[in-house]
Amino acid sequence: MLLIHCPYCEEARPEVEFVYGGEAHIARPLDPSTYSDEQWEEFLYIRSNPRGRHHERWRHTHGCGRFFNAVRDTVTDVFETTYKAGEARK
Amino acid sequence: MSGFRLADGGRIDRRTKRNFTFDGKARWGYAGDSLASALLAQGQMLFGRSFKYHRPRGILGAGVEEPNALVTVDRGPGRVTPNLRAPSVALHDGLKATSQNRFPTLKTDLIAVNNVLSAFFPAGFYNKTFMWPRAAWEKVYEPIIRRLAGLGDSPTTRDPDHYDATYAHCETLVVGAGPAGIAAALEAAANGGRVILIDEQEEIGGGALSDPAQWAWLAEASAKLAAMDNVTVLPRTTAIGHYHQNFVVAAERLTDHLSLAEAEGAREKLWRIRAGEVVLAMGAIERPLVFEGNDVPGVMLASAAKTFALRYGVAVGRKLVVMAVHDSGWRDALALHKAGVNIAAIVDLRRDVASELTEAARNARIACYQGYAVTSVSGGQAVKGVTIALAGIGKGQQLDCDAVLMAGGWTPTVHLWSHAKGTLRWEERWGAYVPDKTHENLRCVGACAGDWDFGKGLSGGLLPAPKPLHESKAFVDFQNDVKARDIGLAVQEGFRSIEHIKRYTTNGMATDQGKTSNLNGLQIASGVLHRPVTEIGLTTFRPPYTPQSFGAILGHHKEALFQPLRKTVIDDWAAAQGAVYENVAQWRRARYFPQGSEDMDAAVARECRTVRSAVGVFDASTLGKIEVVGPDAAEFLNRMYTNPWKSLEPGRCRYGLLLGEHGFIIDDGVSARLAPDRFHLTTTTGGAARVLNLMEDYLQTEWSDLDVWLTSTTEQWAVIAVQGPKARRVIEPLVEGIDLSPEAFPHMSVREGMICGVDTRLFRVSFTGELGFEVNVPAQHGRMVWEAIWAEGQKHGAAAYGTETMHVLRAEKGFIIVGQDTDGTVTPDDAGLGWAVGKKKPDFVGKRSLSRPDIVAPGRKQLVGLLTDDPQAVLEEGAQIVADPNQPVPMTMIGHVTSSYHSATLGRSIAMALVAGGRDRMGETLHIPMPDKTISAKVVAPMFYDAEGSRLNG
Ligand SMILES: [Zn+2]
Repeated sequence: MLLIHCPYCEEARPEVEFVYGGEAHIARPLDPSTYSDEQWEEFLYIRSNPRGRHHERWRHTHGCGRFFNAVRDTVTDVFETTYKAGEARK
Repeated sequence: MSGFRLADGGRIDRRTKRNFTFDGKARWGYAGDSLASALLAQGQMLFGRSFKYHRPRGILGAGVEEPNALVTVDRGPGRVTPNLRAPSVALHDGLKATSQNRFPTLKTDLIAVNNVLSAFFPAGFYNKTFMWPRAAWEKVYEPIIRRLAGLGDSPTTRDPDHYDATYAHCETLVVGAGPAGIAAALEAAANGGRVILIDEQEEIGGGALSDPAQWAWLAEASAKLAAMDNVTVLPRTTAIGHYHQNFVVAAERLTDHLSLAEAEGAREKLWRIRAGEVVLAMGAIERPLVFEGNDVPGVMLASAAKTFALRYGVAVGRKLVVMAVHDSGWRDALALHKAGVNIAAIVDLRRDVASELTEAARNARIACYQGYAVTSVSGGQAVKGVTIALAGIGKGQQLDCDAVLMAGGWTPTVHLWSHAKGTLRWEERWGAYVPDKTHENLRCVGACAGDWDFGKGLSGGLLPAPKPLHESKAFVDFQNDVKARDIGLAVQEGFRSIEHIKRYTTNGMATDQGKTSNLNGLQIASGVLHRPVTEIGLTTFRPPYTPQSFGAILGHHKEALFQPLRKTVIDDWAAAQGAVYENVAQWRRARYFPQGSEDMDAAVARECRTVRSAVGVFDASTLGKIEVVGPDAAEFLNRMYTNPWKSLEPGRCRYGLLLGEHGFIIDDGVSARLAPDRFHLTTTTGGAARVLNLMEDYLQTEWSDLDVWLTSTTEQWAVIAVQGPKARRVIEPLVEGIDLSPEAFPHMSVREGMICGVDTRLFRVSFTGELGFEVNVPAQHGRMVWEAIWAEGQKHGAAAYGTETMHVLRAEKGFIIVGQDTDGTVTPDDAGLGWAVGKKKPDFVGKRSLSRPDIVAPGRKQLVGLLTDDPQAVLEEGAQIVADPNQPVPMTMIGHVTSSYHSATLGRSIAMALVAGGRDRMGETLHIPMPDKTISAKVVAPMFYDAEGSRLNG
């Protein structure tokens, strides 16, 4: 079971308190109507799925309830860092 | 009769006898014996039949690596455990063990004919057989194979035991309590941190238990550990897996070693341990050698024979031959000799062996055959002798013996290291993989680290033989009956990677996970492929380290505690009325309220008629509820839902439709605006948590500029639906401060006031098509208000109704249930809910997807009604629909039935369905093929009752 550092609670807590939220930094366009079908498809479905550093979202569902971002290595599962939603990509 | 009890020695208590049975026969041993040692002491050599060929098999090892001697232990009804390894079963009074995989008896196994026909069971037998005609497989092969294969029988009755579970935290966790593990634990404990030392055996000591010279040290170290407050020692505990960040799961066996009379409390306890540092001291497992007849009972690992003699005081035979490629075989032979076991000869493939060993052997009058190999073993159910030959190919020479010991070198136990994704490197000195790098705070010590002096030796396990490989009956994997020639055949058939060879031959895929076979399999493949071992790869070890009971993994999470059962505050009342329940998400809901001898159909028909003709009361408390508050609440909902919300006036309700960004319906519900900055939202029963999560996601990550707060209020409100023409008359006497007249309180509005003296949010809404109210009261008053409404209802002929009636009534009106009439691929237009989409809204979640080419393309499945030609035929929900019933199979399916009921109100069946281009098929007859007949039905609008909606006014 992973230990995940919640940047809001500032504590490492067990994985069971969290829910995974998919790839991070995929912002919803301010006006989706300006998006072409291809751009919208990209936004909806296309993900990077890297081997290695992955930027991803987690929610501390059974804790503070906040969404935050993390960098996790998909090979080792080691968390490089976690940071608050809205902060720049690390 | 071969094995026997030595006159002295061992850690057994010779003053305490233990009586037990094996295959129904009375046997005995001593306290401290394992089942294996006690049986060996009584001359038992035959322990089981092999998996595929039903060959007679004896003991190979003295620990968890044992592949052959699998037994079933019977502790009473529901307490039958198959596949236990006899060397790991502690002896206790009354133990009832039986051998496995034999028919009818261990000694006379009729299925051993497989052994004769073994040419027909080559590598990939199962894969190849699957290629044969399917009919033959089902009727002929499968029943036979099911009879032949299988390791023991699964229990058939409920397990009456209970299982404990705990979490633990420590600075240092040491796995394995041999000398290296004990030293690591003592060192860590001296630093003051919390230390947990676990070991799978009955007592700590590991390899030292088989070495009397270390017993004094062991006793001292054990006492020292026991005296330290910061140390927890857990024997009989197996670390079954290492998970992320030093999270180790271990199962402690609490009662299986005790007689039934002594056994009290939980059977096992699952430890979930988070450790700062994990030290693996799991030792090494000796490798068998691969030669013709290496599976005859009496052929075993040299280390096992040493353990039986020195720890249990048992000689495994009267005249032993040791086949070694390794110094450790000589050392064990000498130790056995010293303990009084008769070693007739040491055969070693190597010509050069350290003179100190050869001299010691000669002094002990042990014949030494250097440069020789065993080429075959004589004997069926027990060893009678061996043939040896110079370099394995010279002239054969017979040696009499009743046991053969194999010393093929050692394999470090790196299972948990591999669970932790630690890398391995090939160590030529060991002829095995040893731990290399890890990103965890994890280290190996002792033999499993490759740090152990066992002398010198060869690393290959396959002995040279006069026969070519493809004729050889030398076994590699004893439990799965894989021979060296099977690996050769797999390579010949084109398999190159060890992962593929493993799956094709099943080498290493039995319950022992190849503890004694993986390395030999790898080296044989390497030899046949003429490529170095390191290029062939290594299969991955996965938890559990040894087979683990499901009971311990489940722990307390079974029966009522399997998952939480949510009950409404009215649930007890429904139980007292004899309600029949159904589970919806985690909720228990009353499905119907049978009266007298009514079955479900009769009860539902009566409940439906009562609602339509008088009034019904329904517990709707499970509806998901979210309080949305803040200056931007209306703007937020406007962005989330398809509907416009800003124009909704306080005091009014609206049906809301929620999409995902993909444009498909994910939830719906009626919501009320209580004030400009406050909404009372409802969601589906099963969708509440999901919807709140989705809303929080948008609020926190996309629209953090909005000033809105979301609170789950599902549990805070009890909801009582009062539906039917007499609904107003039922609640009228109970309500204070709300004008219930149709003019003052129209359909789809909400009022706050009092009912039965408590606050209420009173909704005038209808999921039945009748005049209806939903009375929301604080949950603690729910039961009281329900009973008051019920009492008042009795004056008007009210019935309580359940979810089944609710479903029928809403289907008569064509109202959808998200998740039943939709399946995650249904858009608002598909569901006929285009009217709920705010056309003028610039944006909402999912809007952009509604103009994607595939969403606007014609021919999408649309929700329609179906009326069967036979009004009494009720379609099966989920049934597939075709346009032409006479087309050949497989037919083109154009949709499926989503909801179907008998409607008492209409006196006929009704159904809803998703059908391709459905709305263009109005009036068309479609067909629903069923196993026994084909049902035809006409496509109609999904609205079966009161299309004009006049009944909403009562
Ligand atoms: Zn948190």
